[in-house]
Amino acid sequence: MQDTKLLDYLVPGQAGQVVAVHATEDLRRRLVALGLKPGNRIELIRRGLFTGPLQVRIGTTDIIIRRRDARHIEIAV
Amino acid sequence: MKKVVLLGMPNTGKSTFFNRLTGSGARVGNWPGVTVDLASAKVLLGAKMVEIIDLPGIYDLHGFSDDERVVRHFLENNAVDLAVVILNAVQIQRQLALALQIQALGLPIVLLLNMEDEAGKLGVRIDCATLAAQLGMPTLLCSAKFGSGHVEALRSITTALRTSAPASTEGVKTALVADDTIEAKLENALAGCVTIPMTLSPGLTDRIDRFVLHPLLALPLFLAVIMVLFQAVFALGAPLQAGMNAIFDWLRETALVPLLSSAPPFLKGLLIDGVFNGVATVAAFIPIIVLFFIFMATVEDTGYLSRAAFLTDALMARLGLDGRSFVMLLMGFGCNVPALMGTRIMRSRPLRLLSMLLIPLSLCSARLQVFLFVIAALFTPTQAPWVLFSLYVMSVASAVATALIFRRYFRSSDPFVIELPPYRLPTLRQIILRAWGEVSHFLFRATKFIVAGVVLVWLLTNLPVGIAAGSVDSYAGWLGHALAPVLGPLGIEDKLTLALIFGFVAKEVVIGSLAVIYAADGATLSSHLAQQLDWVQAYSFMLFTLLYTPCLSTVATLRAESRSLAFTAFALAWPLALAWSVSLIFYQGARSLGY
Repeated sequence: MQDTKLLDYLVPGQAGQVVAVHATEDLRRRLVALGLKPGNRIELIRRGLFTGPLQVRIGTTDIIIRRRDARHIEIAV
Repeated sequence: MKKVVLLGMPNTGKSTFFNRLTGSGARVGNWPGVTVDLASAKVLLGAKMVEIIDLPGIYDLHGFSDDERVVRHFLENNAVDLAVVILNAVQIQRQLALALQIQALGLPIVLLLNMEDEAGKLGVRIDCATLAAQLGMPTLLCSAKFGSGHVEALRSITTALRTSAPASTEGVKTALVADDTIEAKLENALAGCVTIPMTLSPGLTDRIDRFVLHPLLALPLFLAVIMVLFQAVFALGAPLQAGMNAIFDWLRETALVPLLSSAPPFLKGLLIDGVFNGVATVAAFIPIIVLFFIFMATVEDTGYLSRAAFLTDALMARLGLDGRSFVMLLMGFGCNVPALMGTRIMRSRPLRLLSMLLIPLSLCSARLQVFLFVIAALFTPTQAPWVLFSLYVMSVASAVATALIFRRYFRSSDPFVIELPPYRLPTLRQIILRAWGEVSHFLFRATKFIVAGVVLVWLLTNLPVGIAAGSVDSYAGWLGHALAPVLGPLGIEDKLTLALIFGFVAKEVVIGSLAVIYAADGATLSSHLAQQLDWVQAYSFMLFTLLYTPCLSTVATLRAESRSLAFTAFALAWPLALAWSVSLIFYQGARSLGY
């Protein structure tokens, strides 16, 4: 059994596989459209200053996502 | 006429393709079922005229954002003959889902895989012929930016149109309900025709980002970029604006005045000082808007604006805004008008409206001219910088307070998840088309309103017939007098009220109108003001000028951009109420403390 972590707790440079997205329907649909769906590999690139958003990479797409939204995404590392 | 819609995700170069296809012949208009403007153009394809409509970029046909709703409503209410779906070839793996969603609606599709140049560089290989067969739609690679594949794309669209019939809007309505088989189809289609390298080599973008988003360097660099941008727009803009004014003055003196020399004085005044000055007011904004969008398009197209959003989001999220509004709020300190237009980069309407409520509170360069004059007249050179600084602080504080009070009423339904595109070099063509488009939008939407406003103020200050223009005997003077019970408690007397009424046209007019009202110019006016007012009155007057009703051009832009009279009225009333309260508290407070 692999460890799962919330996306917000990854450290920059760490990658994992998306296990589940526990977001509201609107956010979930947007995330899926951007490639953030179960099974895909995701890497945390950097964290924004202060309480700023996270930059993550899924395949060929880089997105920025707020920390409180990242807390709804489960990652297997 | 057959209708073709352009559809695709944001940042896929959809509008670039649209511009390449239609040149500058696009117009902005209304469509059944949707409440936002959509750009469209009529183009000759094959031997027939075809109408091309550029729909907003969407991630998901079933999404909940404003744009996604607009696209759905458009497709439900307008029969479409062909959908040209534009994807970023580099991101085909995830973007293809959108094309399949659209196909499921029963719309005939031509699929364009844009940015083939970037895909090639990254080693993404796509076998278009096999993919086309798998998907059952013509599929082509192209680059909207550089034009490769454009001719083939046109040919394919023309061929598809020859046989296509408009999809029934009823069919679209039922098909919109469910589409769960897409996932499987997607996997099948991609297998065998698309190869993407497992890991992309850290490219130039990563190397640039190491500096641009560096924990320590990022913010100073961001401020430097904004400073340069600000200076470039407004320092370059000032002489161009002055030049534009000179041209209009010259036109007036050499053409209009001689032409109307025999006209009755009232008509002459109305035409020259009313209508013509209104047109000149509009014209004075053209250089600023062009420059603003040249630089804004550059910042946006290079991908830096998304980085700016990343950097400022921690702060802006607290105000109920997002990082992109920060840039526009800052630009508002130069001139509110282009900053308001620039909020169009925010795709969520509530966020846009909240930003548009805040921008007019920025101390713009026109207000700065008034303050510099009044401060120089009433304060010592050592006090002056601090007085001016305090006005900037007030400007920012009232914007923050407004955001904190109203953010709950402007909740965005758009999730804050945005793409960080790779750095790209914008092309000159894209930038010029953008600047041109924005200027024509402004001229088209705001001219009538601004001219009407200038004429109204002229009438107020010149009627009844026979009085000295702008005097206390005019209707405006009466109005100033009638407002005395309201503005008196702020220390603002009749003559200053009259100047504020003039100032509605453009804030920089306040000083000129004071000169008319007090019948004194320059240094004489300064000493006159110093005799008439004490510093408490002057500061109260400046606070009021800072916050009260934005200038006419700003109001026209608010109306054009929000397309809502109710919002425009609110955006007028709130600053007025704020100005009154702040000046009252300051004036009465200072007086009760014995100043």
